[in-house]
This record gives sequence, C-alpha cells and structure tokens, in this order.
Amino acid sequence: MAGQEQIKPGRRDDGPDDAPEPAAPQAQVADTDIDDILDEIDGVLETNAEEFVRGFVQKGGQ
Amino acid sequence: MTVRRVMGIETEYGISVPGAPGANPMVLSGDVVTTYAASRGIRPAQASWDYADEAPLRDARGFDMGRGAAHPSQLTDVEDPTMANVVLTNGARLYVDHAHPEYSSPEVTTPRDAVVWDKAGELVMREAVQRLATVPPGVNLYKNNTDGKGASYGTHENYLMSRRTPFARIISQLTPFFVVRQVMCGSGRVGIGVDSRTPGYQLAQRSDFFETEVGLETTLKRPIINTRDEPHAVADLYRRLHVILGDANHCDVANLLKMGSTSLVLAMIEDDAFTQDLSVLAPVRTLQAVSHDPTLQSTIDLADGRSIRPVELLRTYFELTSAYVEQKWGSDVDAETTEVLTWWDRVLTALEGDPMDARRWVDWVAKLAVLEGYRERDSLGWGDPRLRAVDIQWSDVRADRGLAHRLAATGRVEVLVPEEEAAAAMDRAPEDTRAWFRGECLRRFPDSVVAASWDSVVVEVPGERSLQRIPILEPLRGTRAAVGDLIEGAPDIRSLLASLAVADGPSD
Repeated sequence: MAGQEQIKPGRRDDGPDDAPEPAAPQAQVADTDIDDILDEIDGVLETNAEEFVRGFVQKGGQ
Repeated sequence: MTVRRVMGIETEYGISVPGAPGANPMVLSGDVVTTYAASRGIRPAQASWDYADEAPLRDARGFDMGRGAAHPSQLTDVEDPTMANVVLTNGARLYVDHAHPEYSSPEVTTPRDAVVWDKAGELVMREAVQRLATVPPGVNLYKNNTDGKGASYGTHENYLMSRRTPFARIISQLTPFFVVRQVMCGSGRVGIGVDSRTPGYQLAQRSDFFETEVGLETTLKRPIINTRDEPHAVADLYRRLHVILGDANHCDVANLLKMGSTSLVLAMIEDDAFTQDLSVLAPVRTLQAVSHDPTLQSTIDLADGRSIRPVELLRTYFELTSAYVEQKWGSDVDAETTEVLTWWDRVLTALEGDPMDARRWVDWVAKLAVLEGYRERDSLGWGDPRLRAVDIQWSDVRADRGLAHRLAATGRVEVLVPEEEAAAAMDRAPEDTRAWFRGECLRRFPDSVVAASWDSVVVEVPGERSLQRIPILEPLRGTRAAVGDLIEGAPDIRSLLASLAVADGPSD
C-alpha cells in the first residue's frame, strides 16, 4: 500500500545496532542544525513577544 | 485484528486578530466559515447542517441528561441562524463551535487517511486566513488546544466501535493507555497548570484541563473517558467512541500513532484480548504528572503494586497488541496495521533511550528541541515571553509563519502525507465510507442539496413540494465502489433518487 512505502528506514539504520559514531562530531552537527533552526525562526517570530502572548486570549471550547 | 475502522478527527482552531485581543471570536469564526464556504461556491442557505438526529445529551452509560440540567454549552443541537455551518465536498463539516471555527473531518477507515483529511482541514483554515488577510488586520488561526491562560479547546477523535462491547471494559482498559499515550502523541506546552502559573514545559496541551475519569461533559469537568453516546449510525450496532483528551498534532507520525495505536487498543478491547490488568492508580493526577515530566524518568503506580515508567506501560500495550496481531494474522496482516506497529515500535525505542531522538516524529519533542535551543543560546528562563510566543506561533496555520510548518518544509520533521495530497483532500471525499456519497452529492448537485449531516443528505427536487431526506446510517456504505455508478450516471437529483430507490437507498 502507498502508506507502507512512506516509511523511511533511514534513521533506524543509524540506530543502536550500528557502530556508534564519534560523539563530538555528532554533537557538532546537532548544534549547527539547531542554530540554523533558531536563525530561521528568529526571522519570522513575532517581534514583540510579550504583547503577542498577552494578546492571544481564547474563549474556552470543548 | 486490524487498525482499520471508521474514524475521524475534529479540531477547534484558536482564533485571534493581530493587535485586537478583544475582537468577538464568534463573529470572527463565522467569518472564517463563510469566507471559505464562499470560496467553494457554497451559499449559507445551501448545504447547511441537518440537526434532526443530533442528541448530545445521550450518555453511553444508558441515561439521558435532562436539558434543564445541562450547561448551555452542551446544547450543540440548537440551530442558530447566525452560526455558520456547512458541509464541504470532501464530506467534512466546517462550522462555528462555541467561539472557535471547527473542522470535523469526513469518516475515513485508516489512520493514514485520518492524517490526510486532518491536514486537509488545516489547509481549509489556511485558505480562509489568506482570504481574510486581504482586509487588514485579518484573522489568524492556530491548530493548538490552549491559550495558556486557562482556556482550552478540543481536538477530538472518533472511533466507531461495536455496540456489543461493554462500556465498563472500555473504561477500565482504555484509561491506562490514555494516561500515557501523550508520551508519544502530546504536542508540548510551555507552562504548567491551566493558566501556566508555574514556569516549565510539559508533554501535552490538554492534560492539565482534565478533572475526572468518566463523564459526559466536554467543556466543564472534562473526563478522560467521554461517555457521549451519539453514534451517528445504526444505534443498535454501533457506538461512536468520542475521545476528547488528545492534542492537535503537526507531526504526521504522532498523528498517525494517535489514531492507529488507539484503534488497535480498541480492537483488543472489543476482542476482550487483554489478559492482564494495567490499571493506573489515580488516573487524573497521574495524567498530569506524566505530562509534567519531559525526562520520562518518573514512575507511575499501577493497581497491581508495580511502579513503572510511562514508556514501559506503552511498551506493554505495544507488546500485547503486536503479539495479538501476530497470533491472529501472522504474515497476512494488512499494510496499514504494519505501518502503525512499525512506527509505534520505532518511536517507543527512541523515547526509551534519549527522548530527543524522537524529534522528527513527536510534536512535544520537536518543540522542546527548539525551545531548549533558545534557552541555551539566549539564556532564557521558562517564564520568558519569547518561549511562550514560540509555543503559540508553533501552531500558526500559515506556511510562512507557523513554526511547525517551517520545520517540516526544511526536512526536519518526517512527512508521511505530502501537502499536495492533503490539498487534493480539501475537495475530494474519502472513497471508502459514506462520506463519499455525502461529498459527491454536494459536488455534483450543489443546487439540490439543502442540508446534510453525518447520517443524512436532504435534497430538494424541482417541482416536489416536500424535501427528500436520504438516510446514510451505515458508515461503510455509500462508498464509491457501492454507489459510484449510480451517482456518476445520474444527470440530476431526481434521477439519482429514482436509481437509489431501485437500489434500495445509498446503502447498497
């Protein structure tokens, strides 16, 4: 089925069964990635966070 | 046993006008619905909701709540002409529920399709936002479940079940699963307590808003197991289990797992296949304690005296379920069930180790990774408004502003349903349930359909004095395979009615 083909085993393959990669480079990659994410979010995040948060008021629902 | 069953997701969206927190949310929600309806050529007087069979005060435990005893917010079947309420050609209902626009997906039969038509609903909301943006300041919509100030609004799941299954068994065997399900399906939230009075981060948007174990309410004293008994189907055969404690998801994997794992657990309950008591002590307090521990290391107390971590209880549910599937089906198991079990195992394995390894699959982990990045880079405490802003803007439905969408667009979140597929589902109904009949009637005969609901389509035949109500009480009939030829071969509504009469209704 189409749904089945969506599963990508890629990450599973880096899982615990495989030889562990050196810790330092991996951490570096993760850090770089999170920095990229933050840079991207900085570009779109509401500039006045306090006012934005204060203004987000909802009535209760179900 | 299979993950397949009739199911659906209904989502109330958060709504606000930039710079105008006092704007009337009911009027705004009406604008959202009518704007989208107009974009699809649906007039308010056309394809409105048929309330004839709605009975929200009926209780699965076997008694009706007196209308006098009900809070006004429970009276959802009272027709109010100022409240926009339409049926879309994809079989969904788009309407104003209390003070929020709500999209109730059409009935589907697989968890993956539930994700497809749930994402279609977010695209419906996105299109409404785009159209309303042409008149500044526009309206913003958020696929989340709380404002962090004490208000919550729901993302409800519906599962069709056999009426024969004793409700007491559903309560006892589903409650422990629901207490811990948030570990793999929660959407994450900045702030602890309904009004976020304690700074911190928790797994789920909704957990702090639950006060009781079992009950009929959805807006007050919310229960872990909701007893609303409104099957929208042949009542002697079916129960529609209405689940109110889940979060709105952006991660496809978490959304798939939410629907799929729950459907499998329900199948186990229907077969009475759970051989051990997994009851959790103090379920409501434990639900909140689990949500408040993103390390996943704290233990919960079971009725049998054991103290185990939430992921261990989820692992137990997984092992019992996968063993039962193996026993019943072996290698003949369907692909949809295998997909859910594969993801369930994979996500649990990640959560059992370093939960951050699940950041591509589980909303609360993806969100936490971003928030921790901010905390470290800018030395922010959990009470900092920037973190709360990230939490809210995470669920903005706009592609360019919604942070979850930005992450997905840059390949940082596993996407199971591509946006093109969800976009196509905005206008097309699932083919394997009665939603197809409902949607196709609206698509082909827009001027003849006067109203519709989950279990009926009401049409006006030119020259006839009374309206014709076509019941669609069997959710698995009215499919494309069953009535496609009839509908596609009917030049007008009168011909369709005539051929349905020969075929004994859309049911066959």
